[in-house]
Amino acid sequence: MASKTPFYILVGILIVVGLALTIQRHVAYEVPWTPGVKRTVWSVDAKVEFNANGESVKASLATPMSQPGFTVLHQNAASPGYGLNFIEQNNTPRAEWSIREANGGQELFYKVQLLEDENLELAALGVPPQLDIPEFKEPYSIAASQMTEKVTARSADAFSYTRELLKEFDRKDLSQNAELLLEGNSNQAHLIVRLLNLAEIEARLVGGLTLEDGRRRQHLQPYIQVFQNSDWLLFDPRTGKEADRTNLLLWEQSGTSLLDLVGGSDSVVTFSMIKQDQPAMMAVKEKINSQDLLNFSIQSLPIEEQALFKGILLIPFGVLVVVLMRVIVGLKTSGTFMPVLIAMAFIQTSLLTGLIGFLVVVGTGLVIRSYLSRLNLLLVSRISAVIIMVILMIGLFSVVSYKVGLSEGLKITFFPMIILSWTIERMSVLWEEEGPKEVMLQGGGSLIVAILAYIAMNNEYVRHLTFNFLGLQLIIMALVLMLGNYTGYRLLELRRFKPLAED
Amino acid sequence: MFGFLASPKTLRGKGIMGMNQRNGRYIGRYNPRRLYPLVDNKLKTKIIAQEANVTTPGLIGVIGSQVEVKGVVDMVKDQPGFVIKPAKGSGGKGILVITKVENGRFYKPSGEEATVEDLERHVSNILAGLFSLGGAQDVAVAEALIKFDNAFDGFSFEGVPDVRVIVFKGFPVMAMMRLSTAASDGKANLHQGAVGVGIDIGTGKAIRAVQFDLPVEFHPDTQKELKTLAVPGWDRLMHLASSCFEMSGMGYLGTDMVLDKEEGPMLLELNARPGLAIQIANGEGILPRLQQIEQLGDEHGMDVAARVAYSYKHFSRNV
Repeated sequence: MASKTPFYILVGILIVVGLALTIQRHVAYEVPWTPGVKRTVWSVDAKVEFNANGESVKASLATPMSQPGFTVLHQNAASPGYGLNFIEQNNTPRAEWSIREANGGQELFYKVQLLEDENLELAALGVPPQLDIPEFKEPYSIAASQMTEKVTARSADAFSYTRELLKEFDRKDLSQNAELLLEGNSNQAHLIVRLLNLAEIEARLVGGLTLEDGRRRQHLQPYIQVFQNSDWLLFDPRTGKEADRTNLLLWEQSGTSLLDLVGGSDSVVTFSMIKQDQPAMMAVKEKINSQDLLNFSIQSLPIEEQALFKGILLIPFGVLVVVLMRVIVGLKTSGTFMPVLIAMAFIQTSLLTGLIGFLVVVGTGLVIRSYLSRLNLLLVSRISAVIIMVILMIGLFSVVSYKVGLSEGLKITFFPMIILSWTIERMSVLWEEEGPKEVMLQGGGSLIVAILAYIAMNNEYVRHLTFNFLGLQLIIMALVLMLGNYTGYRLLELRRFKPLAED
Repeated sequence: MFGFLASPKTLRGKGIMGMNQRNGRYIGRYNPRRLYPLVDNKLKTKIIAQEANVTTPGLIGVIGSQVEVKGVVDMVKDQPGFVIKPAKGSGGKGILVITKVENGRFYKPSGEEATVEDLERHVSNILAGLFSLGGAQDVAVAEALIKFDNAFDGFSFEGVPDVRVIVFKGFPVMAMMRLSTAASDGKANLHQGAVGVGIDIGTGKAIRAVQFDLPVEFHPDTQKELKTLAVPGWDRLMHLASSCFEMSGMGYLGTDMVLDKEEGPMLLELNARPGLAIQIANGEGILPRLQQIEQLGDEHGMDVAARVAYSYKHFSRNV
């Protein structure tokens, strides 16, 4: 057994280095061990993409300011070759990039860190916009004034007026006036603001972003801010009701444009965001020692990649669960790491929706697959047919559940389709050869392991630790290596060999 | 402690080997990876067996590509009975047994008819790799049906009983007979419900029998008393099994033998990852025997006959 010594040294080194890295991060960067004791900091990245025309380019992006719920900690922007200025224009801050000459696809990044807090600062939000009575052209002006009359009759003040007006546009059977107005003005939110202004109500469009951890490629949603004397309310034109303001960041507050671009075309602004749990102390510290090369952590990556890594860094933990269940317990699973992938999908869909979706797709798949098996197809074409079938099924379920009003059903698209197809194929062959009992055994085993992996990976503490302490990955590695050396009995073998032990 | 679990200490005391130990300690150490193809591919096993003068069931033909699939009927139609199996199949998957051929019609052991389309589809599935490890492309092998020995009349239901001998570094260490049942659908796999009968290394006679890991006394379908089972030609079978070590180079090997009425013991296939159920069938752990062989070292200089004699002497029940 002499050959085992280097192995144990390696495992030892992994554990020591892993622990050292983890403790160093805790001590030096004050990253807490538990997710509870800190403030939430949102990092939001805005990515501006456009095609430059080959001339000088000037791009100006509206940037957020402190507002109820959020305090801007610090902001920066990255874009090689561009000159950058943070300016203030009509009470709103903007980031302005400029370059003498640019050609082809351009990418500009703006990053802001916001502390979630009970800030009450109103900034530009509290200042009502200047009222500018709009003029509607014929034939729209008659429709607009008729609608104003109708809504005025049913309302008492600016807020009830807005509600009634939104109702006019949020009905299945639109009135002729509403239809005509929409025809002339395709941007519904903008139209509503104009109609409000027509009734001499101070209102403007603001751009809001619903913050949700790890979301990428999001767009600003228009909201309507309506004033009544010094009070104001925010309405969501999509629901026709007052907007839900939890986690809603008002990125653009003064009714101006999000992006002004000179010298470019086809511009898109997308947002990625990530929730970080940092002590408020650390947020301040970060401001002081801006960039530190030794600060080796995922947090130094762009937000979009960070969001990606948040998921990736959980995989080793899920894998550890699979190894434990197979080596120590002895559960059978269909496909070694299929349970981890299913667990990853469960994280996106939530457990119950995921389980139902998985069972429905695999169950239906097995029924259809049993027909395919009678067609004498070659293996590769059969699997391909199963893949297409799975995609069609997922599409069908999404549409049906959406029509029925279950938006949860849409999440079924998070399932890894190729993995589902192989699962169906394997289960189907297993069914034919070994009977339904073995299918239940292996399918059940896979699902149990997937659920356990899901519970482990979805744990708040696990998510916090894996994302903030990279050193833990080395420790998991050491554990997996040690488990690879375990030659003791599996839990299920203790049961299996029970009759032997009794002789 | 837990009523339904055995304590690991008791199991270790009885020398019972678990799956992790088999994989890590024995298969990983004694079975070189590069030799696996010889064992996992039944066609290659057949070729090395013929070179080593180990008898195997007669080869009718090989179907290697999709274009040849239509030729399968011509290949087998004049045989009294035959078996079509994937060269790289595992766990007894994909084996089609035809026991009766009459007027160009084929019948399975259950009496059910297999149509020409069924045969062609089966071969096509084999070629596509449906039954092979990892879904790799495969070839279909057609073999002559074994006319199994009358000694096993009533011991097996609709299937060929085979003898599994674990050969460790060339020494036969443990043996069992696998009898198919109605529950196992004519297959000889214990986890599918076949009966496993522990066989004494010294005499070839039954020790005890299990089905679904629990002791049984009578064959569930034929009600024949399993204790009366004795394998004919045992000495020759032991020698054949032992010589599989030189032939394959595998240190921890499962050899599956069948007994033909005319030809005696024949090697059906080799298995580089033999299961653990043989311990349950024998009512004994395999570890003490393995450790005894390990203590002999590599320099014992024993040939096949000497190794078989050593096994008779040390691993026999009724000394």
